[in-house]
Amino acid sequence: MKKKYSIFSLAKNALSGHKEWPKMWRSPEPREFYDVIIIGGGGHGLGTAYYLAKEHGLKNIAVIEKGWLGGGNTGRNTTIIRSNYLWDDSAHLYEHSLKLWENLSSELNYNVMFSQRGVMNLAHNEHDIKEIKRRVSANNLNGIDSFWLSKEEIQKKVPIMNTDNLRYPVLGASYQPRGGVARHDAIAWGFAMRADEMGVDIIQNCEAHQIRTKNGTIEGVETSKGFLRANKIGVVASGHTGVLAESAGIRLPLQSKPLQALVSEPIKPIIDTVVMSSAVHAYVSQSDKGELVIGAGTDSYNSFTQRGGFNIIEDTIRAMVELYPVFGKMKMLRQWGGIVDICPDASPIISKCDIDGLFFNCGWGTGGFKATPGSANVFAHTIAKNEPHQINSAFNLDRFASGRLVDEHGAAAVAH
Amino acid sequence: MLIINCPYCGPRDQSEFSNGGEAHVKRPDGSKEIGDREWGEYVFIRANPKGLFYERWVHTHGCRKWFNCVRDTSTDEILVTYRLDEKKPNLNNFKSVVKTPSGEPEVGSGNFTVEK
Repeated sequence: MKKKYSIFSLAKNALSGHKEWPKMWRSPEPREFYDVIIIGGGGHGLGTAYYLAKEHGLKNIAVIEKGWLGGGNTGRNTTIIRSNYLWDDSAHLYEHSLKLWENLSSELNYNVMFSQRGVMNLAHNEHDIKEIKRRVSANNLNGIDSFWLSKEEIQKKVPIMNTDNLRYPVLGASYQPRGGVARHDAIAWGFAMRADEMGVDIIQNCEAHQIRTKNGTIEGVETSKGFLRANKIGVVASGHTGVLAESAGIRLPLQSKPLQALVSEPIKPIIDTVVMSSAVHAYVSQSDKGELVIGAGTDSYNSFTQRGGFNIIEDTIRAMVELYPVFGKMKMLRQWGGIVDICPDASPIISKCDIDGLFFNCGWGTGGFKATPGSANVFAHTIAKNEPHQINSAFNLDRFASGRLVDEHGAAAVAH
Repeated sequence: MLIINCPYCGPRDQSEFSNGGEAHVKRPDGSKEIGDREWGEYVFIRANPKGLFYERWVHTHGCRKWFNCVRDTSTDEILVTYRLDEKKPNLNNFKSVVKTPSGEPEVGSGNFTVEK
């Protein structure tokens, strides 16, 4: 039955002490065979299952997840959403995603708390100014709302920012008003619930061990709950995608590194937009609970520890305190790391491979959350049709042989 | 934060070093025709194991020498560092703590950094 959420259901369940809410999705035991198995129950994976069922009419689908839904990078990022990327290919992909975000709460009838509070990217030197202005112009040519803010305009929007008295003064910024933040759990739960209603089996605590192939065709996947046969497998396992690809004999151009974030104690509203600075490496927004959500960088070395080095946090906090002296005495509540898979060109891979029926959606590096619905949508198309969607055709594996890279190191914000 | 044993200077703080990615990568030797794909693999693809990993470091803010290292990427434990002219150690000499390909080790991952 389709679950509906409204003010009435809230009132009704409040009266019964919130004990009668229906389960959002079933927890079935896996069947022996599926048309499509998605490995990875984060936003991208659950979204892929949702769009496969909704737009491509596939019914026999499973999503298998090592831990719990959204417990990987979907729940470990700073939830920033924007589409101001430099190259046409990326701009189309991220803009496709942003447009889906704008309608997602009503499409899913589940509040993903998408808040378009604007995203600012700061320039701290002459080169930043040129590069950011170029990006703003490229965005405008692609019909993306993006403009240049002078230092005075920044001061008006974010009065707490110290723009002058620091090592790398703030000289201006790009601003995308349609950008913003969303609730990270909600997108995983929303997609999961609606996919489940269409018959998708969502299987948690089921770790993929090995992808099995035979004569260049997919056979299935060995999991902690036994061997599951499948016609097609989509791997959306972020940092662990490379490990699974290796088990099928495919080498991907990915390096896995911890990316860290941290949140402060909650305070009253003080910053009503998202401010990112890749030059001094600090980005911040304020959550609805009042916590500052702060994004730090990746470690310089490969690691799967979901922890990250302390020096990275020190660097980010140093930059934060310089940019916003008012935060100097705040306490940080939590810190964590997520394992991101980074491509040499800082762009994702949404592609088929040499093995029939095996598909990858990976390489999102430090900025995959914003792309969740768009990535899921075009990946579902790629799996269903065996052909990439026009939007993701540039993000294939062949580009590492042809040299047609989509170099987004500038727009990816977190320096890789 | 790691303490890295530079084979020339001894144990120093990680902030003195820079990471150089996978070690022992072989350039195609050019004795036969090399296709775009093979070149692409050489240029862009590096090993990315969860577990034992050969890698390079350079002591940037020290002796500035390059050296190699075997580190467990699932725990960040540095198992051995060795000079470039030394033979690469056999990985069978080390115990891998990862039980399943993408599983977490009992100690050394997430917030479980030390034995309880």
